[in-house]
Amino acid sequence: MTATLDILANPSFWAAALRIATPLIFGVLGALLCERAGVLNLGIEGIFVAGAMAGWLSVYLGLSLWGGVAVAALTGAAFGLLHAILTVPLGLSQHVTGIGVTLLATSMSYFGYRVAFPSVTSPPRITPFQPLDPGPLRAIPVLGEVLAQQTALTWLAIGLVVVLGYVLARTPLGLALRACGDNPAAVESQGLSVTALRMGAVMAGSALMALGGAFLTMSAFNAFFFGMIGGRGWVCIALTVFASWRPGKALLGALLFGAFDAFQVRLQTVSGGVAPSQVFLMVPYALSILALLLVARRADYPRALMQPYFRGQR
Amino acid sequence: MIRLARRDNPPLWLSAVASVGAALAALALTAVPLALTGAPVAGAFRLMAEGAAGSLFAFTETLSRATPLIFTGLAAAIAFRARLWNIGAEGQLYAGALAAVAVGTGAVSLPAPALVPLVLLAGAAAGALLMLAPVVFKLRFSADEVVTTLLLNFIVLLFVQMMLEGPMKDPMGLGWPQSEPLVDEAVLPKIVDKMRLHWGFGIAVVAAVLAQLMIDRTVWGFEIRAVGENAPAARYAGLPVTRTMLRVGLLSGACAGLAGACEVAGLKGYLTADLSPGFGYAGIVVAMLSGLSPLGVIPASIFVAGVFVGADTMSRSIGVSNYLADLVVAMALLCVLVGGLATRYRVEFTRRDART
Repeated sequence: MTATLDILANPSFWAAALRIATPLIFGVLGALLCERAGVLNLGIEGIFVAGAMAGWLSVYLGLSLWGGVAVAALTGAAFGLLHAILTVPLGLSQHVTGIGVTLLATSMSYFGYRVAFPSVTSPPRITPFQPLDPGPLRAIPVLGEVLAQQTALTWLAIGLVVVLGYVLARTPLGLALRACGDNPAAVESQGLSVTALRMGAVMAGSALMALGGAFLTMSAFNAFFFGMIGGRGWVCIALTVFASWRPGKALLGALLFGAFDAFQVRLQTVSGGVAPSQVFLMVPYALSILALLLVARRADYPRALMQPYFRGQR
Repeated sequence: MIRLARRDNPPLWLSAVASVGAALAALALTAVPLALTGAPVAGAFRLMAEGAAGSLFAFTETLSRATPLIFTGLAAAIAFRARLWNIGAEGQLYAGALAAVAVGTGAVSLPAPALVPLVLLAGAAAGALLMLAPVVFKLRFSADEVVTTLLLNFIVLLFVQMMLEGPMKDPMGLGWPQSEPLVDEAVLPKIVDKMRLHWGFGIAVVAAVLAQLMIDRTVWGFEIRAVGENAPAARYAGLPVTRTMLRVGLLSGACAGLAGACEVAGLKGYLTADLSPGFGYAGIVVAMLSGLSPLGVIPASIFVAGVFVGADTMSRSIGVSNYLADLVVAMALLCVLVGGLATRYRVEFTRRDART
């Protein structure tokens, strides 16, 4: 019990929780943007990999860190375009297409990495983003210390929560996007193109997902590893339901998840071999399933989610 | 005047053309990244073809690689027929392999004619049980089975690693995390002497034939198709939708479990945590290439297996990464989706009425 309190009272624990949460914030925001417009994007896992790889590689080849972030976002948007073309105008199965995009983006990234580095024993490294000085916020007792350890990408993620929350809830664009996911015929009757809105949402959402991947190679770590995404994309899909498609709740869900994950890592070192390490590593995945089970029944899915829309039909 | 008309049931030959076309298109598209690496494209493809089917040895290697793919392909095809999106074949494969090892490493001593079936049954049962949870979650809590099956894949793999580093570790394994080898009575015999091809392939083919008969000729098959076409209508017509979903989930999981059991009992002889290089995910591609027809799963998995085996050979001789195979397989999935769309329309030539 005291061990638990010790962990929770330590600012470095909360700093780790926020760090673990950051890629999930990007991922959940991206997933909810796609789904709010009516498109399930299971390409997320592969787009994470592609963003991680493309961003890191461009920095390694000499681009600035922010240049790498831009490349990652563009890469994500490109895979988003592929997913959007196949699912929106062509109306193909969003489940299977998404899995296909994941397989394609993952294999392209791995193949590209092997082509660029045919035989390296230790992965090449870059200089990643450094923690950003939070300025006057530094004076706040615990929070200041937590924030002082975060890089610019974490600040970007939090900023995007606010921006996306505002756009979705308060702007005509947000209204149109949400209507695409709930009642596409109504959008069409307003003279807007459901196809264009949905494709745009999927591309933008996929760019956000790719930023989640880029955070891992350019901020959390400084290199690209095979299998480094390890299901984070799928976790995001579960958290999106948990967050009931709201950016604010997405931030909360990701933070909660990050806190649990950071907690199990610390508990593992404190408890010292009570259980095999794999038991602790299973926790995040089990937690995601649990989160889904808790809310799935009552979840208010966008009503037209996964329903292709063709103008003039029905 | 030319117009596109929808058709509800594309003829079988057209679906087959679409699948073959998709496979060829995937190979053609992969030529682009291959050319970008500076490798000789034609030479690389020739090496791949030789590596996959250039000799008896190469071809038996391809067939033995196809064996788990037939099982995971069936797992996906049967489930997708009922619109149950089982993406968890990878985890179910490992569960099956783990159960096969638990039964086949000396815990039970029986003569081979009894022990081999028991090992396979244990694998099938483990896979089926693992799929039970996502189906129940779907039916009871309406939790999307895609997410739950995907997340379970990671949990199962960690569980396998835990067992291989703990209770099931081979004490003679020189510290490697691997299981004890299966006893001789639990091993599936070889089909061709001195080759790795084993009777698991025969079992896989029989399973595909049985699955096709089930879908086409039995009440279960009718229920599966009805639930997949339109679940609310099936429920309205009084079909047991819940029971059908459970049955499909169990059958699908059992197929994937058999993939793992056969890999262990036929090919590897023991279990390691890298038993499957993504057979579960490749099974989805196989199922889509087959047009969700169990018999079609056989040629589709031989193609996918050929790509993997051929890419290994090509990679060894000219040093292009064998991730190229994953690229071909992923492209094939997207191509067959588009190809399937094309088969659902036909071009009609209608005479233009001169006066309108």
